[in-house]
Amino acid sequence: MISTSTSAAAGLSVSKIIPLCMSGFIGLFVVGFVGFSHMDVVHNASHDTRHSLAFPCH
Amino acid sequence: MSLFRNIVLAAVIAGFLSGLLLTLMQSVTTVPLILQAEVYEKAEEAPAAPQHDHGAAAQAGTTTAMAAPQADAHEHGAEAWEPADGLERTLYTAAADVLAAIGFALLLITVSESLGTLSGWRQGFFFGLSGFAVFSLAPGLGLAPELPGMPAAPLDPRQVWWVVTAVCTAVGLGLIAYGRTAAMAALAVIIMVAPHLYGAPVAPSHETAVPGELYARFVSAVFSTNFVFWAVLGTLCGVVRARLRAGEPMLIAKPAEVAAR
Repeated sequence: MISTSTSAAAGLSVSKIIPLCMSGFIGLFVVGFVGFSHMDVVHNASHDTRHSLAFPCH
Repeated sequence: MSLFRNIVLAAVIAGFLSGLLLTLMQSVTTVPLILQAEVYEKAEEAPAAPQHDHGAAAQAGTTTAMAAPQADAHEHGAEAWEPADGLERTLYTAAADVLAAIGFALLLITVSESLGTLSGWRQGFFFGLSGFAVFSLAPGLGLAPELPGMPAAPLDPRQVWWVVTAVCTAVGLGLIAYGRTAAMAALAVIIMVAPHLYGAPVAPSHETAVPGELYARFVSAVFSTNFVFWAVLGTLCGVVRARLRAGEPMLIAKPAEVAAR
């Protein structure tokens, strides 16, 4: 109990690490796919989004 | 796994709503300016394209077999699929906006959970402002938003600088908000300033047919729409995340203990 309360105070308990790694990885993958993918088709589909979100484009 | 499920669900809800709002804002602010800039971009490309074709045809005539596959490859590159202007293009922009927003929401909630949790809309709002600083403001200081047809440095170095700057800004803001000493805050400032001292990749020339006035309107439209988007995204993440906690172990603390923290 003591260990859980101290880690809860620190914010990051061991049981949270795996789900947070998964959600963070998916987030990075999705943002990277929409904003950074070099595939022409993805670039053309997300063209206006990339320009409007100030991602590097072209 | 209930934590993971709740995070994804909250991110999808907050991202979907704020992504739609972003598309709506863009369709009256940035996208009309992008379309105008493309007119200049195409006018600039038009005289160059036939010249290139003539060159390729002449090459094909003289060197026969060698030049043919080159010309072919060029054709394929130029003819990659793109959405038709109008409704189709708007729908793909909306899909990309919603996807990007869900991705940003996943990152925002993940970071806030690793530092504690999102307790409500107010905290979410401030995380949203941090997201704006990390993903729009800081990279935009070095790499200003671009309109089609504007010269720019090669894509790869710009993407690397953009990512490094975003990471440095996030780490710096985290150190300022959660670091316990003044030295941590000083270190944070150094980390955040470093990519700007190093400098973003610079365009080889600044000549463009796109009028400066159009570009100025575009830059302010990008930053204002992104600011509203991030504020709404963060607020929604806070609201939804605070309500979606099914199956997660409850943090049992009496009010007196909470007050004592």
